[in-house]
Amino acid sequence: MKYLDEFRDPVAAKTLVDKIHQRATRTWTIMEVCGGQTHSIIRNGIDQLLDGAVEFIHGPGCPVCVTPLEMIDRALEIASRDDVIFCSFGDMLRVPGSHQDLFSVRARGGDVRIVYSPLDATRVAAENPDKEVVFFGVGFETTAPANAMSVLHAQRLGLTNFSVLVSHVLVPPAMTAILSSPTNRVQGFLAAGHVCTVMGTSEYGPLVEKFGVPIVVTGFEPLDLLEGVRQVVDLLESGKAELRNAYPRAVSDAGNTVAQQALADVFSVTDRQWRGIGMIPQSGWTLSPRYAEFDAERKFGVGHLQVQESAECHAGEVLQGLLKPNQCPAFGKTCTPRTPLGATMVSSEGACAAYYQFRRLETGGAPAPTSSTAAHV
Amino acid sequence: MSDPIGIDPSDWVCPLPLRETKRIVIGHGGGGILSEELIENLFLPAFGSAGGPARDSALLDVVGGRIAVTTDSYVVNPLFFPGGNIGDLAINGTINDLAMSGAQPLGLTAGFIIEEGLELEVLGVIAQTMGKAAAEAGVGIVTGDTKVVGKGGADGLFVNTAGVGVVPDGLRIGPEQARPGDHVIVSGNLGEHGVAIMSVRDGIDFGTTVITDSAPLHRLVAAMLSAVADPNVVHTLRDPTRGGLVAATVEIARTAGIGIELDEGRIPVPDTVASACSFLGLDPLQVANEGKLVAFVDPAHSEAVLDAMRSLPEGAGAVIIGRAVEEHPGMVVGRTPFGTTRVIERELGEQLPRIC
Repeated sequence: MKYLDEFRDPVAAKTLVDKIHQRATRTWTIMEVCGGQTHSIIRNGIDQLLDGAVEFIHGPGCPVCVTPLEMIDRALEIASRDDVIFCSFGDMLRVPGSHQDLFSVRARGGDVRIVYSPLDATRVAAENPDKEVVFFGVGFETTAPANAMSVLHAQRLGLTNFSVLVSHVLVPPAMTAILSSPTNRVQGFLAAGHVCTVMGTSEYGPLVEKFGVPIVVTGFEPLDLLEGVRQVVDLLESGKAELRNAYPRAVSDAGNTVAQQALADVFSVTDRQWRGIGMIPQSGWTLSPRYAEFDAERKFGVGHLQVQESAECHAGEVLQGLLKPNQCPAFGKTCTPRTPLGATMVSSEGACAAYYQFRRLETGGAPAPTSSTAAHV
Repeated sequence: MSDPIGIDPSDWVCPLPLRETKRIVIGHGGGGILSEELIENLFLPAFGSAGGPARDSALLDVVGGRIAVTTDSYVVNPLFFPGGNIGDLAINGTINDLAMSGAQPLGLTAGFIIEEGLELEVLGVIAQTMGKAAAEAGVGIVTGDTKVVGKGGADGLFVNTAGVGVVPDGLRIGPEQARPGDHVIVSGNLGEHGVAIMSVRDGIDFGTTVITDSAPLHRLVAAMLSAVADPNVVHTLRDPTRGGLVAATVEIARTAGIGIELDEGRIPVPDTVASACSFLGLDPLQVANEGKLVAFVDPAHSEAVLDAMRSLPEGAGAVIIGRAVEEHPGMVVGRTPFGTTRVIERELGEQLPRIC
């Protein structure tokens, strides 16, 4: 299959793995920024293949995981209203708020719909003029352009019943926060390929300069990841801090300039809470004042909701790479995909869920019965 | 591989006297003349009268063996999807549930819960599809029931089919029979039904050539059981419907108390399914199938069973994808093409498409 099979070829993978092991004189600590990369690394066992050469620290790049608790609570409050059709990407529905999740709201009669594109939400708004339609606009720079398009599209259609609950987050400020931390262990980064497809690579040069770390823009298939790692290890072994692009089939230096223009028009940069990490200055996007009429937070007056995280959840340390998921005392015990304490156990891109799903053979713990079928046997 | 039952709604003429409505009204479930007309003019012509004269329960002749009974409700949305509709799904699904116990089906029942307002023509097409699927499978629809609920009380149409079959004496197929050493066989490409449904679901609709694999598997099972003299070389059969291959194998591992190793590079997933799943962020091994089975077979006879499967169109793509082991009981482990391993586990609920 074009663009998939060629990047999953076991023979080519073996060659890259051998090259990395030959080049590495020690174990390097590398952070993959994006949750999609984490999922692929763990699913394909790339960390097993590189054991001894690379220790992966799983970065904060899962949009579901870092969306702050109060934003989930705001979504739940809006979605519970009788006059609202609440539209969201699928994996936000199971993320626990303070007391419930969006699935529970739906089970109690709330009109919560899974959409694949924010433009589907504008269509729902056009079809339901007597309802308020709200789209949950979360995610990194990757999902933001389509969300911006939905606002522009709604404005073009003159929709007054459409709004967006915006909780966008930005990668470079999070990398800055990690690199500035006194406990930072990360020696090199695999930058998130899809984010760079939109934003280009220019934002990462200053990080390389300021912190002296190699950053390699990397894709998501096994060979993409191995090639990204190979380049980071090569730079580390050479003592060079450079920015490289190992995902040129999708990423150009300039990125998608049309998308960038829409983003600059619709959003403005703001301070943003990251779930488990805390406030990172200038690390998110909110709707710019000229599109305030599409701001669901304002429309429904939910901006006041503030809440506390569970103290038992160590997701913050996991997201900063200070703790491996299976090193958390709650992992697999009080915290499972069925009873997640934090969002990293919810999304398939979350590091805790990835470890729980794929790695119990090594991390210990037989699977607990999770279904009625299993309970019978 | 499946031969979709091609009924073009535009060619179909409703045989029901069209009184004052072209849609189902509450009165069609009221037990009066409208109900009788619906049965006489719509269902019976579609299904035939396999159960003999109308009575409250159908009578079936049984010769030896044990009776297998199953029931399944079909609430698929949308009612029509590439390669089939709720009707043939309801027939094939219940035949397959019988076949997975090693039973040959004797007869099926059909229960309909119809939402007021459903177009009679739609119901007619579905009934005709059911009749055709049952006839092709050689199984009669021997009795049925119809209820009509008010607008909003159902999603267009729900269909329940129950099935009765006979398991020959001495046959011991079941999930608890799987044992270490067994070869794990799948009968063909995985993920087609689920992707076909998703491709037409509201809000997702993407263009694809994937059609449902919905097909009856009782003939395939019969061929497998007669591949060698002892039918009990086939230990376990399971149709990987909801939850796909993952749910089927995990449940067998737990029930039998065995470990299962799957060789991920050998699992047949068509390119079209793989790319749709990649696009949506779904795992093709957890996507539903409606015309495939997973078998645990004595390794000394697995080649003979495979040959028997491949002699039929519904088993043409049969391959060995793994084996049962003594290690990690209750757990399914995948060997990736890269030589690494991972635990294969079910989702908590339905698979959720990822954000990005």
